[in-house]
Amino acid sequence: MNRKKNWYDYLWIVSLTYLVLGFFNILFAWLGLLCFFIPLIISITKGNKAYCNRYCGRGQLFALAGGRFGLSRKKDIPGWMKSGWFRYGFLIFFFIMFFLMLWNTWLVFAGTKNLRTAVTLLWTFKVPWHWAYHGAFFSDGVAQFAFGFYSIMLTSTVLGFVTMLLFKPRSWCVYCPMGTMTQLICKAKHVTWSQK
Amino acid sequence: MAKRKAIVSTRECVACGCCMKVCPRGAISIPKGIFAEIDRELCVGCGKCVKECPASVIVLEVSES
Repeated sequence: MNRKKNWYDYLWIVSLTYLVLGFFNILFAWLGLLCFFIPLIISITKGNKAYCNRYCGRGQLFALAGGRFGLSRKKDIPGWMKSGWFRYGFLIFFFIMFFLMLWNTWLVFAGTKNLRTAVTLLWTFKVPWHWAYHGAFFSDGVAQFAFGFYSIMLTSTVLGFVTMLLFKPRSWCVYCPMGTMTQLICKAKHVTWSQK
Repeated sequence: MAKRKAIVSTRECVACGCCMKVCPRGAISIPKGIFAEIDRELCVGCGKCVKECPASVIVLEVSES
């Protein structure tokens, strides 16, 4: 516990800033792609989960809120939530919703659909978000992607926050789709490495 | 005297690294990104990782020695 703090122990500030920026200008949501590509690149090139283990600002945010701020009940997560079928099922569901979001973005790019300045929470609730939209660079599709991606980030924060309250602070990590995916990549990598 | 050591259920571990962060002895590592490994030589059985683990897949094993 008395471990010296490293620079990456403060990445929760970046995550928090990201969420706040989305309230002012939705185009900042594009930066969230970093939380998508960095863990993938690390797991593919290094074959480990250093992103989860060290750099994930969202995990740190939940650890702080549930730990230092004492918001968490710190109860055990239910068995089904850590089971393989739920973790992989949630990953598949997340992927499907992600591709649907990409499809919607494409439709706006193509001009078939109009831009919708709303953030979709929990894949269901459309929350008006027009105040954070001040025009896109060259296509409405750019903004549509930002709204879609921010919806994903906010939804996962809400889910993670609820399970942080109910169970252990970082219970989001148990079913985090990025975590499950990078673990899968690591499994695949180490199987193929050991066969060489 | 009974000795306590932390044991990870490797099949259920999600390799998030919470245990690694909280371990005062630096006894935990996640070398392959698949599950956490505990160095039994370093582990003093304090149980911090057991409390921290969000999946609750670490237990303290008590052995007489």
